[in-house]
Amino acid sequence: MSRLRPWFLAPAWAWWAVLFAAPLLIVAAYSLLTRGAYGGLSRPWTFENYVRVADPLYLAILGRSIVMALAATALCVLLGFPLALFISRSGRRKNLYLQLVLLPFWTSFLVRLYAWLFLLRDTGLVNTFLRSAGLIREPLPLLYNNGAVLLGLVYGYLPFLVLPVYATLERMDPALVEAAADLGAGPWASLFRVVLPLAAPGIGAGAALVFIPCLGAYLTPDLLGGGRTVMIGNLVQNQFTTARDWPFGSAVSVALMAIVIALLALLWRKAKNPL
Amino acid sequence: MESILVLRNLVKDYAGHRVLNDVSLQIARGGFFSLVGPSGCGKTTTLRLIAGFEQPTAGEVLLNGCCVNHRRPYDRNVSTVFQSYALFPHLTVRGNVEFGLKRRRKPDVLARARKALELVRLSGKENRYPAELSGGERQRVALARSLVLEPDVLLLDEPLAALDPGLRKQMRLELKAMQREVGITFLLVTHDQDEALSMSDRMAVMNNGHIEQVGTPEETYLSPRTPFVANFLGSVNWMDGIGVRPENTRVSYEPRDGCSRRAMVTSCVFLGNCVHVVARLETGEEAVAEIARGNGTFRPGDTVHIWWNPADELSFS
Repeated sequence: MSRLRPWFLAPAWAWWAVLFAAPLLIVAAYSLLTRGAYGGLSRPWTFENYVRVADPLYLAILGRSIVMALAATALCVLLGFPLALFISRSGRRKNLYLQLVLLPFWTSFLVRLYAWLFLLRDTGLVNTFLRSAGLIREPLPLLYNNGAVLLGLVYGYLPFLVLPVYATLERMDPALVEAAADLGAGPWASLFRVVLPLAAPGIGAGAALVFIPCLGAYLTPDLLGGGRTVMIGNLVQNQFTTARDWPFGSAVSVALMAIVIALLALLWRKAKNPL
Repeated sequence: MESILVLRNLVKDYAGHRVLNDVSLQIARGGFFSLVGPSGCGKTTTLRLIAGFEQPTAGEVLLNGCCVNHRRPYDRNVSTVFQSYALFPHLTVRGNVEFGLKRRRKPDVLARARKALELVRLSGKENRYPAELSGGERQRVALARSLVLEPDVLLLDEPLAALDPGLRKQMRLELKAMQREVGITFLLVTHDQDEALSMSDRMAVMNNGHIEQVGTPEETYLSPRTPFVANFLGSVNWMDGIGVRPENTRVSYEPRDGCSRRAMVTSCVFLGNCVHVVARLETGEEAVAEIARGNGTFRPGDTVHIWWNPADELSFS
C-alpha cells in the first residue's frame, strides 16, 4: 500500500503543479522582467517594477482597496452573522433559507452586477420609483461612487460569510444556549458571552473568505464605480489590457498576494494566541 | 413538610402528540426526588418544563408557591445539570462556575466559586478548560456551576449516563452525600431504576406521559401499584396472574402446601453472589428463583416445585 501511495497522490500533485504552481511562477518571473517596446516582455531582469509599486499614486490605490475590503468585510459580518444565526434556528426551514442564500450563484456575477446597474442608475428602478412617488425631484446619485462599489462587494460576497458562520453555529450544542439561560443570562448576555465567542472561528474564516476576494475585486469597482473608484484589481487589469505593461501588472499582483498572506498570517497568529 | 415545587395537571403536546398527560407532583423542600421511567415516558419533558425551556400546553409549575409558567429560564431560581453537561468550552473551570454568579450579580464571586469547587473537589483545576478534564471532572464542574447559585431546586438530567459504570456507582453515593451536605432539593431524572432506588428519598415512576406511582423507594419496589411499576423496578415471575419477585421465589424437590407449582428446571445460572434457577411451569410460563449458592444443586431436566410465601405476592389495586 505504502509503495502505491505516491501514485495515488500523483494526479493531485500534477493538478497542483500545472494549474497552481506554474501560473504563480510565471507571474513571479514576469514581474522581474522589463516591458517590451510594443508590450510583451523583454530583458533585462530588474526589480524596477517593485520600486514602482511603492509610488504614492499606487500606494493610495492600495490603501483605498484595503479600506474598501475592510468595510465590505465588516458590513458582511454585521449582516451575515444575524442571518446565519436566524437560519441555524429555523428548524425545518433551514435548507430552504440556505438555498435562498445560494440562489444568486445560479446566474453569472456579471449579469447580477448589470441588474444592479438597472436598479441604481439615474433612470433606474429606484430613482424612477422615488420620482414618481414625488419624494425626490432630481435623481439620487446611487451609482458610480464608493457606496455603490461597497454595496456590490457586500452583495457579492455575503454568502461566503454566511456559510462558514452557519456551519459553526449548527455544530454548537443547543444545550449551551439553554445552559446560559439556566444560569441567569438573558438573550443579550447569552449572545455576547456564549454564542459569539463560540462562533468566532467561523466568523474569522468567513471574514477571510470575504476580505481576500474583495481586496482583489475588479469587476464590481469597474461596473459600479464607473472607473472613478479604482481599486487594485482594476490597476492590475489595466496593466495587462490597456497599458500593456505585463511586468508591472505582475509585480502589483505579487505585491497584493504578499499583503494578503501577511495579513492572514497575522490573523492566524492572533487566533492561536488571543491574548 | 412544605412543598418547594408543585406540578399541577401539567399537559404538553408536541405536534399533535401528547407527551405529558395530567402530571401532578409535590416535591418536599430539601429532599432527593427522582423521576424514573423508560425513554419517551415524559420525564425529561417534565424537567424542561420546570427549568422553563418549554412551556406547558396546560397546567402550572409552582415554585415556592408561585406560578412560574411565564418566567423565562433566567428568571427562575432553579438550575439544571445537563446530560451532556453543556460546559462552556471557551471558559475555564473557574469561568464556568463564575458565569451564573456574574449574570445574577451575586456578591463575593471569588469566594463562592472557590467554595463550590472545594465542595466538588476540583480545587487546583480552576484554570483548566473543559476539554482538558475527564468525564467525571466535567460532571463535577457542571454540578458546581449550578450549586454555586444555591437554586431552590437542582434539576439533574441523567447526570450519570455519560460516565463509565464503575464511576457511575461511586457517583451515586457522592451525589447523595452532596445533597445531604448542601441541603438543596435535588430532582433527578433517570431511566435507571437502580439509581432511583439507591439515591432517592422519594421517587415517581412515569410511563407514557403520566405518573404511575409516587412513594419512597421501599414503597414503590415492595408494593408497586401497577404491573408496569413492578416490571420496571425489578424482575417479576408471572404465574397464573400472580406476580412474585425472583428473590421471593423458592424452589424445592418436594411439593408445598398452598402456593406451589410443578415445574421443570431449564437452566441454572451462576451469578457469583447467587444462583438463578430458571424453570418452566406446566402452564408454559417461565419462573426464575434467585437462591443462595449453597441451597441445593438443581440440574436442567429436574422436576421441581416452585413456591412462595403468600405475603410476597405483588397485588395491584
